[in-house]
Amino acid sequence: MRRLIFITPILVFVGLVVYFATPLLRGTDPSLIPSPLVDKPIPTFELPPLPGYQKGLSSADLKGKVLIVNIFASWCVPCRAEAPALMTLAREHHVPIYGIDQKDPPEDALEYLKQLGDPYVAIGMDSDRHVSIDWGAYGAPETFIVDAEGRIRFKQAAPITQTDIRETILPLLKQLGAK
Amino acid sequence: MRSALALIFVALSLAGSAIAVEPDEMLKDPAQEARAEALGRQLRCPVCKTESIEESDADFTRDLRRVVREQIANGKTDRQVLDFMHDRYGDFILLRPPFKPSTWALWLAPPVLLVLGGIFAFFMTRRRPAAVEPAPLSPSEQAAVEALK
Repeated sequence: MRRLIFITPILVFVGLVVYFATPLLRGTDPSLIPSPLVDKPIPTFELPPLPGYQKGLSSADLKGKVLIVNIFASWCVPCRAEAPALMTLAREHHVPIYGIDQKDPPEDALEYLKQLGDPYVAIGMDSDRHVSIDWGAYGAPETFIVDAEGRIRFKQAAPITQTDIRETILPLLKQLGAK
Repeated sequence: MRSALALIFVALSLAGSAIAVEPDEMLKDPAQEARAEALGRQLRCPVCKTESIEESDADFTRDLRRVVREQIANGKTDRQVLDFMHDRYGDFILLRPPFKPSTWALWLAPPVLLVLGGIFAFFMTRRRPAAVEPAPLSPSEQAAVEALK
């Protein structure tokens, strides 16, 4: 009994160290929320185009091929950080990327695309976040990989890096049969 | 001084319970607005994580509140509104998550710890030795006490 009193705190301490060290060493970010929409069909939506663009974006555009949907905004600083990575995906790897421009004044969005480049096949303006919420987004940037059947297969609620492209995105696109 | 401290305390405790809903967000019908607030308090803000969506000032959360109010105005039941959010954000958005294997630790830890702590406290208080009577004064100590009188 006496010994137990001395050993218990040590065991509890070791348990806590294991509990807290595991996610730290794995590099999981506790602020990211797992999405229940992964492996579910994409939501149905229709968004208007930016001024000067021919077409907006609707769920009908996202059927029949493996593609990426990226939620961005000009006010979103991490979006600027990931913009070069999106350009790499579009230009070097020829991945079709579709943009949802979240709650952005149109003129700011146009300026943003002029400054940082436009990697998008099509962009829809989600001026009141209705569609972002249907995608289970809680900010920007958020990136989704959609398969040829129109199901969400991957979600990242953080800026895409070159490492993400190499280690996560390209392998998954290949596995899903992207051209 | 004391009243100033009391005032600060009252101000701080009021600030803690403040809601972030702006007057222009509220529904015209007070009954519907009350329902929206009650629902909003059950939904966790996905941006700030430690607040309900009624308490959060985050810009994104303002739009979540608007969606809740739109749905109520459109005649959706409380259950339908909660399901709408749960479908999109999962258990995370519910401040009262369902009881299932992944949340057993969350729900059971407080009562289990309370019971274990109670058992521990029970044995520790029982084991404490009875208060020891102080030893009677020795003749020389008694003499010293007498000398002081």
